[in-house]
Amino acid sequence: MTPILTATLIIAAVGALAALALAVADKYLAVKEDPRIGLVTAALPGANCGGCGFAGCGAYARALVDGTAAPGACTAADAACAAEIGRILGVAAEATEKRVALVLCCGTRSEAVRIGDYNGLCDCSAAHATAGGDKGCRFGCLGYGACANVCPRNAIRIEDGLAAVDKRLCIGCGKCVAACPRKLIRLVPAKATVHVLCNNPLRGPEVNKVCGVGCMGCHLCEKNAGGKEAGHFAFEGFLARVNYDNPPTDAQLVAKCPRHCIREDAHYETGK
Amino acid sequence: MLPKQTRTRYILSSSPHAHAPGSVSGIMLDVIVALLPALCCAVHFFGWRALLLTGTCIASCLVTEACCRLAMKRENTVGDLSAVLTGLLLAFNLPPDLPLWMAVVGGVFAIGVAKQVFGGLGYNPFNPALAARAFMLVSFSEAMTAWSSNGLWKAAAGYAAGDAVTTATPLQYLKSVGTAAWAKLPAADQALDFGSVSFLKAAFFGNVNGCLGEVCALALLLGAAYLLVRRVITWHIPVAFIGTVAAFAFFRYGMDLSALKLAEAHVLSGGVVLGACFMATDYVTSPATAKGKLVFGCGCGLVTMLIRTQGAFPEGVSFAILVMNAFTPLISRWTQPKPFGAK
Amino acid sequence: MMKSIQSMFKFFGGVHPDYNKDLARDRAIEAIPLPKTLVVSMSQHLGRPAVCCVKPGEHVARGQLIGTRDGLISVAVHAPAAGTVKAVEPRPGAAGAWADAVVLETDEDQAATPEVRMPPLDGRAATRDEVLARIADAGICGMGGAGFPTAVKLTPRVDRGCEILILNGAECEPYLAADDRVMRERADRIRAGVEILQRILGGPSVRIAVEANKPEAIAALEQAFAGIEGDVAVVVLPVLYPQGSEKHLIYSVTGRSVAPGALPSSVGCIVENVATIAAVADAVLDGVPLTARVTTVSGDGIAQPRNVLAPVGTSYADLVAFCGGEKPGVRKVVSGGTMMGLTVPNLDIPTTKTTSGLLLLTEARVFQYASSPCINCGRCIRACPMRLNPAALSRAVESDDIAAAEALGVMNCVECGACAFGCPAYRSITHHCRRAKNAIRARAAARKN
Repeated sequence: MTPILTATLIIAAVGALAALALAVADKYLAVKEDPRIGLVTAALPGANCGGCGFAGCGAYARALVDGTAAPGACTAADAACAAEIGRILGVAAEATEKRVALVLCCGTRSEAVRIGDYNGLCDCSAAHATAGGDKGCRFGCLGYGACANVCPRNAIRIEDGLAAVDKRLCIGCGKCVAACPRKLIRLVPAKATVHVLCNNPLRGPEVNKVCGVGCMGCHLCEKNAGGKEAGHFAFEGFLARVNYDNPPTDAQLVAKCPRHCIREDAHYETGK
Repeated sequence: MLPKQTRTRYILSSSPHAHAPGSVSGIMLDVIVALLPALCCAVHFFGWRALLLTGTCIASCLVTEACCRLAMKRENTVGDLSAVLTGLLLAFNLPPDLPLWMAVVGGVFAIGVAKQVFGGLGYNPFNPALAARAFMLVSFSEAMTAWSSNGLWKAAAGYAAGDAVTTATPLQYLKSVGTAAWAKLPAADQALDFGSVSFLKAAFFGNVNGCLGEVCALALLLGAAYLLVRRVITWHIPVAFIGTVAAFAFFRYGMDLSALKLAEAHVLSGGVVLGACFMATDYVTSPATAKGKLVFGCGCGLVTMLIRTQGAFPEGVSFAILVMNAFTPLISRWTQPKPFGAK
Repeated sequence: MMKSIQSMFKFFGGVHPDYNKDLARDRAIEAIPLPKTLVVSMSQHLGRPAVCCVKPGEHVARGQLIGTRDGLISVAVHAPAAGTVKAVEPRPGAAGAWADAVVLETDEDQAATPEVRMPPLDGRAATRDEVLARIADAGICGMGGAGFPTAVKLTPRVDRGCEILILNGAECEPYLAADDRVMRERADRIRAGVEILQRILGGPSVRIAVEANKPEAIAALEQAFAGIEGDVAVVVLPVLYPQGSEKHLIYSVTGRSVAPGALPSSVGCIVENVATIAAVADAVLDGVPLTARVTTVSGDGIAQPRNVLAPVGTSYADLVAFCGGEKPGVRKVVSGGTMMGLTVPNLDIPTTKTTSGLLLLTEARVFQYASSPCINCGRCIRACPMRLNPAALSRAVESDDIAAAEALGVMNCVECGACAFGCPAYRSITHHCRRAKNAIRARAAARKN
C-alpha cells in the first residue's frame, strides 16, 4: 500500500508544483499585448490570404491597433466585419467595396485553337515560357491552373482548359492576379454582373483565326448599351472592356454579342 | 465554335529534346535479372518451396500495390516493376519453410504500409522489404527463425554425417564467439575452423543455412557485378558496407590471422552481401551523392556489427539498413555537392 | 603547321547524347536563294531589342542600318538584302516572345541598289577603340547561342586583362555542324579575326577549342594558322556534352574555374564562337555588317539535311523548302540543338543571328516527359556539370518551394539539359530549374520596384 501512496503523493506534488510555476509565469512573465489585437484578429475573416499586404490576419490586426495600417485594406472583410473592427478600434471604418477576381477569357479547348501539343509542367508560367504557350491566342487563358493552385479558397475551377472564378467563394485577395503569366485576371466590383470575357486586342480577322469566341471589336455591345455617351464600355484596340466604374446591367447584352464573349455571372455557377 | 485548323500540331516542350535509353521499369528489370542467379541457388538448396515462397511474395506485393493505388485514386504503378522487385527481395529475406500466409502478410505490409502510405515509389523513407522483414520478425518471431533442417552446413564444416552442430546458422555460432555460451560448446565445435577452405567454400558457394537469398555469396556477387556494369548501382555502398563489416570484425577479434578469418566469416554470412549489394543500394532510401553513399555504407556496416556483437539479435543487416534509412535525409543534406567553381 | 594539343582537364559530369552529326557534317555550306520576304526581328539576341529606324514603305539597301542599339546590352540590326519595308509589327520569335520586326520584301534585282558597307579598316593599324566601335556598329553578337554583344564582351569591366582568348569551336550540340563547316571553309577568315583581336586585347594566348569528332576542322585550322605570331594552339577536347558551355570550356582548356555568379573575365579569359570571329574579320576588314549566318538544317524529318548560309530573317519554312521539304510524321521542330534548343509551334519563325540549327524530328526521335516521382537514382547528380543536385531542385520546385531551390543554387544552373537527359522517370528537370530561375528573377525585379 505504502509504495502506491508514496507514488501518488509524489506525482500530486510534482503536478501542484508545475501548476504553481505556470501560474507564476502567467502573471509575471506574461507578454503584455494590447487585448484589442486578439479581438481584431478574431473579427477578421481569418483567411490569412495576404490580400491586405500583411503576413496573415494577426499581422494586419497588430498593424491596425498600432495605427500603421488603415482599416479597409482587408479585401475579404464584409460590411459587418468592417463595422466590428471599427467598433473595437473606435474609428469609423467603412468596408471597401467587395471586389472579386475575374478571368478575362472564355476560350475553352472547344472554342479556342491550340497550336501545339504541350508536354511539360502543368503550370501556366512554365507553359507560357515554352514557345509562348500552346494556345493560338497569346493573350488568352492557358488553363494549366497556376491561379487555381494559389487560391486560398479553392474558388477557381479549370474546365475544358479554361479557368473560371466562383464569385461566391472569392475573397478578392489578388493572389491569382499575380500568378497569371498573361495578366488576364482582374479584380472587379462584385456587384457587376455583365462582363466581356476576352483579353485579345487584335483586329477581328486575327482573333478569329485563333478563337471562335474572341472579341472582334464590333462595338455592338456599346451600341446596345446606350452608345459611347452611356460610357459602359471602353475600347483597347479592337477589344471591348467593361467600364467597372459604370458597369452595364442589361443581361440582354449577353445574347446580343455576336461572338458570345459577353457573359453574365450565372456563368460562374453553372460553368456555361 | 473552333476555327478551322489547317496544320498538324507539333509538340512543344522544354529542352532537352533528347533522352538516354532507360526507364524506371528497365532499372527494376535489371535488378530482377541480377537476382535470378541467387534465386536459382535458393531453389537448388531449398527446393521448389523457395520458388513458391518467392511467387507468393511477389503476387502479394503486386495485388497490394494495385489495390492501394485504386483506393488512393492514383494511377496504377504496377508496371514500373518496383512491386515485383520488393516481393523478390522480401522473399530473399525469409526462411524457406515460412508458412505462405505469413509471406502474404509480409507483402501487404511491405507495399501497403511501408510504401504506398507514404505516396508510393519515391516517397518511402524505409526500404519496404526490410521494413516488412522487421515487422515479421517481431510478429512471427518463431517462424522467422526456424531454419531448415537441411543441415548442409554441418557437412560443409568438415563434420562427418551424423554429427550435429548445436547452432543452426553460422551467425548464431559467430555471435557466441568469446562469450560464456561459447565456453559451454563441445570442444569440437569450438575448434571449428573458419579458415578452413571447406567453410569458406561453403559460405561462398552456398552450403550454409539461412534465408533464401543469403546463402550463396557467389550468385549474389555475380548479380552485383551485372548491376555495376549496367550502371544501375555504383561501387560506393557495397564496398563501404562490406569493408566496414570486415574491418570491424578484424579489429574486434584481435587483428591476427584468426581475426581475418572471422572477418571473412562475418562478411559471408547473414545476408551482408545481399544487404550491401541489393538492399542498401535501394535508390529511394539511400543518399544519391557519392560521398553520401560512402557515409551510408559505412554506417550500415558499423551498425550491423554493433548489433551482431553487442545486441540481442545474431543478425544485424536488416535493422542496420533500416536505421541508416532514417539517417538518409540528414546524410544527403550534409553531403550536398559543391557548385562548380565554388571555393 | 600550328601545334594542336590535347585537353588536360575534364569537367565533372556531362552526358553522351547520340550526336547524329553525320547527317550534315559532310555537306559544304550552301547559300539559300534570296527569299522573297525577310522578317528581321529587332530582338536578335538576349538584351534590349534594337529600336527600329525605318518606316513602312521605305526602300532600304543591303547592309543599311534598320535598328539602332538601345543601351549597353543591345545590338544593331542591318538589312540583309535590298528591298522595301512592308511593315514594322510584332512578330513571334523562336522563344515565343513577340518583338517588333521589319518585314522586308526583297528586290528581285539586288544589284540595282548598291550595298552599304562601312569603310574597311587596316587590321594591323586600326586602334582598339576603332575596332571595338566597328564591331558594335556591325551588329556583331555571339553566334553560338545566347548572342551576347561582342563589343561589350571584349571590354570586360574586371581589369585582369585578357590572358587567354578561347575560340569556341566545340559545337557539342547534337546534329549541329555549322561551326564545323565554318572552321573547315573559312579558317582563313578566322585567322584574320584572331590576328585583329590579338592586337587589341594586348597579345593574349589564343586557344582554339575543337571537339575530337571534328578532325577535318582541326586539320584546316592547323593549316590556316601556320606561322601565326604569338602563342596560338588548337586544343582537342574529348567529345562530351556540354563541352561548349563557356565555363566548362574554360576549364577544359585552361583548368581555371569560374566562380558561381562570376564572369570568364574574372579568370582572365574571353570566349568567342568561331563564327563570331569570322564575322569580326568581315566587319573590320571588309566593312560588312552581320546579316547572314550558317544554320544546320537536320533531323530525321528533313529530306536533305544541309548547312545553309541564309540571311537573317529567313523563315524556317524557306529553309525547310530549300532542304527538300518536310518528311511525313514530323512531331517536333527545334530551333537550335536537341539539348538546349527551343521547340516552335510552326515554321513561320524567322532566323536570327543566333539560329545555329533547325531540326525536324519524327516520332522515332521524340519522347514524352512524364510527371512521375523522383526515385533518387542520382543519374542527374552524376551528370550535372555545374555540380548541383538536380533531383533535389526538381523536387523543391515541384512543391513550389522556390526558396529552397535558390538555397540549393539553382541560379548557377546553365540549363544544359544533362540532368533530364538521363532521368529514368522522364521528369522535366530542366523545366523545373528554368521555372525556379524565372520565379527568382521575377521576385528580384518586383523587389527592386
